[in-house]
Amino acid sequence: MKEQLLQDGKAVGDRMSRVDGRLKVTGAATYSAEYALPNLVHAVLVGSTIAKGRIRSIDTKAAERAPGVLAVITHVNSPKVPGFAAKQNPDEPPTIGQPLRVFYDDKIYFNDQPIAVVVADTLERARYAAGLVKTQYAAEPHQTNFEANKARGFLPTQAKRNPKSPQNDYDRGQKDGYQSAPVKLEAEYVHESEMHNPMELQSIIAHWEAPDRLTVYDKVQAVKGTQRAFAKDWALPEENVKVIATFVGGAFGNGLHNWPHETAAIIAAKVTNRPVKLVLTREQMFTMVGYRPKTWQRVAMGATRDGKLVGITHECIGQTSSYEEFTESSVQQTRMMYAAPNVSTRYRILGLDISTPIWMRGPGEATGAFALESAIDEMAHLLNLDPLEFRLRNHTDTDPEKNKPWSTKYLKECFQAGAERIGWSKRRMQPGTLREGDWLVGYGMGVGTFGANRGVAKVRAVLRADGSVLLQSATTDIGPGTGTAMVQIAADALGLSPDKIRFELGNSTFPTAPSQGGSSTVNTVGSAVLAACTELKQKLQQLGGAAFAGAAPDQLTLAGGQLGLRTNAAAKASLADLRKQNNGQDIEVTTEAKPGDARQKYSMYSFSVHFAEVRVHALTGEVRVTKMVSCADAGTIVNQKTAGSQMIGGAIGGIGMALHEGALMDDRFGRYVTKDLADYHVPVHADAPPVEVFFVNKPDTLVDPIGTKGIGEIAIIGVAPAIANAIFNATGKRVRELPITPDKLI
Amino acid sequence: MAQENLNPTAPADDHDEARRTFLKQTSVLTALALTPGPVVQAAAAQWDEKVAAAFEKVPLKLDINGKKYRLQVEPRTTLLDLLREQLHLTGTKKGCDYGQCGACTVHVDGQRVNSCLTLAVMQDGRKVTTIEGLAEGDKLHPMQEAFIKHDGFQCGYCTPGQIMSAVACIREGHANSEGEIREYMSGNICRCGAYPNIVAAIQEVKNGGQKV
Ligand code: FES
Ligand code: FES
Repeated sequence: MKEQLLQDGKAVGDRMSRVDGRLKVTGAATYSAEYALPNLVHAVLVGSTIAKGRIRSIDTKAAERAPGVLAVITHVNSPKVPGFAAKQNPDEPPTIGQPLRVFYDDKIYFNDQPIAVVVADTLERARYAAGLVKTQYAAEPHQTNFEANKARGFLPTQAKRNPKSPQNDYDRGQKDGYQSAPVKLEAEYVHESEMHNPMELQSIIAHWEAPDRLTVYDKVQAVKGTQRAFAKDWALPEENVKVIATFVGGAFGNGLHNWPHETAAIIAAKVTNRPVKLVLTREQMFTMVGYRPKTWQRVAMGATRDGKLVGITHECIGQTSSYEEFTESSVQQTRMMYAAPNVSTRYRILGLDISTPIWMRGPGEATGAFALESAIDEMAHLLNLDPLEFRLRNHTDTDPEKNKPWSTKYLKECFQAGAERIGWSKRRMQPGTLREGDWLVGYGMGVGTFGANRGVAKVRAVLRADGSVLLQSATTDIGPGTGTAMVQIAADALGLSPDKIRFELGNSTFPTAPSQGGSSTVNTVGSAVLAACTELKQKLQQLGGAAFAGAAPDQLTLAGGQLGLRTNAAAKASLADLRKQNNGQDIEVTTEAKPGDARQKYSMYSFSVHFAEVRVHALTGEVRVTKMVSCADAGTIVNQKTAGSQMIGGAIGGIGMALHEGALMDDRFGRYVTKDLADYHVPVHADAPPVEVFFVNKPDTLVDPIGTKGIGEIAIIGVAPAIANAIFNATGKRVRELPITPDKLI
Repeated sequence: MAQENLNPTAPADDHDEARRTFLKQTSVLTALALTPGPVVQAAAAQWDEKVAAAFEKVPLKLDINGKKYRLQVEPRTTLLDLLREQLHLTGTKKGCDYGQCGACTVHVDGQRVNSCLTLAVMQDGRKVTTIEGLAEGDKLHPMQEAFIKHDGFQCGYCTPGQIMSAVACIREGHANSEGEIREYMSGNICRCGAYPNIVAAIQEVKNGGQKV
């Protein structure tokens, strides 16, 4: 069936308030640690204090004797997890290798690796007893220092196995063709590891409802993926594992992988035969649930004197663990953003004795954009060109990497809107020359892009006796407002008021949907909502009989508790009659939607540009971002309010990346020094300037029938270089190491 | 520094354990003195454990959201864990447990406090208001309405703390400008980055003149 485009939107585009807003402002929204199950007990993890080696002995006697303790589980007494022994499946996303098998053996791979779990009747007692576990190690020398090991970076296995993998080396035109250009630069860029640090601590309640039936209330971005992973671990049919994630208190990517604490809780629930709640501490959020990996990059760039790029070479080494190969697309933007005839990229990973990273908002693209968009700014300065003008001179209307047309690209509109709103004309070409008292003022910009991805999803739509429609799909909502957007799409698709529609998510028993990641939820699940609503109407059309025969789906409406026809006000069928035709049952469809073949013909990306105004204190080096303008070409904007919030959130996340965030490793112990929100700074109210958002808001119906392209990632990609470039413009100091703390400016 | 606290023969870690052992022994001894017969039975049923646990709890009276509670709590239980784990008032959130994020903000006698940094037993006789107690029945507090209108949240996890803090911020007289609001709200972290929308919500309530 050809996809029906979304027509005639009234709800889509509206600034509708969130459907779950009331639950969130009253404290009634239930997050994963907040289910009150009978007989629930509490688990606390004990982590290793060495980064590499073996556990020689682990003394749990005192902990076991402590009041209220039900079990202390270590590798010595843990029940076997069937899937742990099975041969690893290297094709499983997201990483190649073997995810850490908790309590499997005595081996230590990283500092604070879970080595025991203590279960007690109260949290206080579990925490106290966890402190009584005494461990002896046979330590081995560990490697946690990135610089010292940089030479060991290697091509990811997925690239070695698959010549088509985008992680392979890439050369367009001449290899290192930048060298032939009259104007050249070369620079290295580094950022420290960054932690997702969602405000909700990673939490799980594991409940074996029967010896072969597991339910978890888990903070994850993929309920189906988690269901599959645990079913495999425990050798159970998928339907015997139920995963609930109705509300997720932020994740930013760290819910895209299943982590050791989850299985620790499941094991603990098995041993105690009680529902077990396990909530990580904030310190543990730094050591075992993923992070944006520390990355080294080198960009070399060549241009003609009149500002045409001749070539770019971009090399990147990202950190991973010793047991899993984590990869991301850090050099992708370099391949397709500018019309350079010669482009070379190299991507390597470096395994260290640290836990596995995982995609963090904007993931590798944000990392790569910091290097590329900083280098573009550096080159513009060398050429004495306005960096906006330099970008325009190298703008490309086709994808130079794939030699395909863009599905849509309205980046120039974004440039113009952003430049006007930030007041780009105030920017001085000569850095360090705009001053207000002790404050140096500067302006900078950075471009971002991310694939307009779309996957396959199913949605169930049920028309109930009261005329309301219930939609269900096993997607999640980590904050963007998924349910709200889906209700808006359904309202237009059905010709029904949004308050008559309910969208349920976060439950693995619902029709399948992919993880919430890669800015693709509305493209993927929204399309399935549209398809399900269309099919529902077609079913009603059949039940409605002759009066509706031959009408196109977008002519059918559901308002006022009856089926109607836009073109003929007289055609009406009451819901009661339709139900009678349906044997008195709720009228229900489950519909799948998947991307079409336009994906082969076009290159599909969302684009953004961020403008920053900064003030840098001339004496102390303190940086204040005083204004940001974020502009996005993200296709149709389903909800201006919630989409705007995503952009603002990305901009503020980018301020953290640029100015505050960096996990510092003490290599003597292989442990982070920054381990909580006092040592590891994330932006607070005082750091957050007004952020003005501009959307082009033109549909891209090649990506999906609603015309959306995705927002979550481009909201942050390009922000850090915009700020770094603004700091250069303010001070004349080029900082190529994030975060840009005051010590780097004085 | 209070050097005298550092007694090398009794490491601080073992203090609780020592006291508990003492309590347990005393309770068993008492049982022994009264009725030697059932001692074996008592040990088997871990009665000594239960008696000791009872000794460890401290009586506590609290008014939470207008409801009176008479509780027995361990002295080491924080107000946050009492609310979330024992009273199932899970609207108050745990984001760090160290006073660094503000997710656990509640009002105690009208003042905003980080409930994770507050031992429950220290609040005896006080009036606690949590996010669950802010609305009047079905009628939302103006700050709750303003958060919805201005989209002052995304994931919603920091939101109860932000709202409790925002109400107090206005009551304290610290919401007179955007800059002042940002300063006095900086103890409440929002990783989703809803800050500008939160500030807009607070300004609207402040300027709306409704009673907060
Ligand atoms: S949980 Fe209390 S301040 Fe973070
Ligand atoms: S709304 Fe997610 S942390 Fe504030």
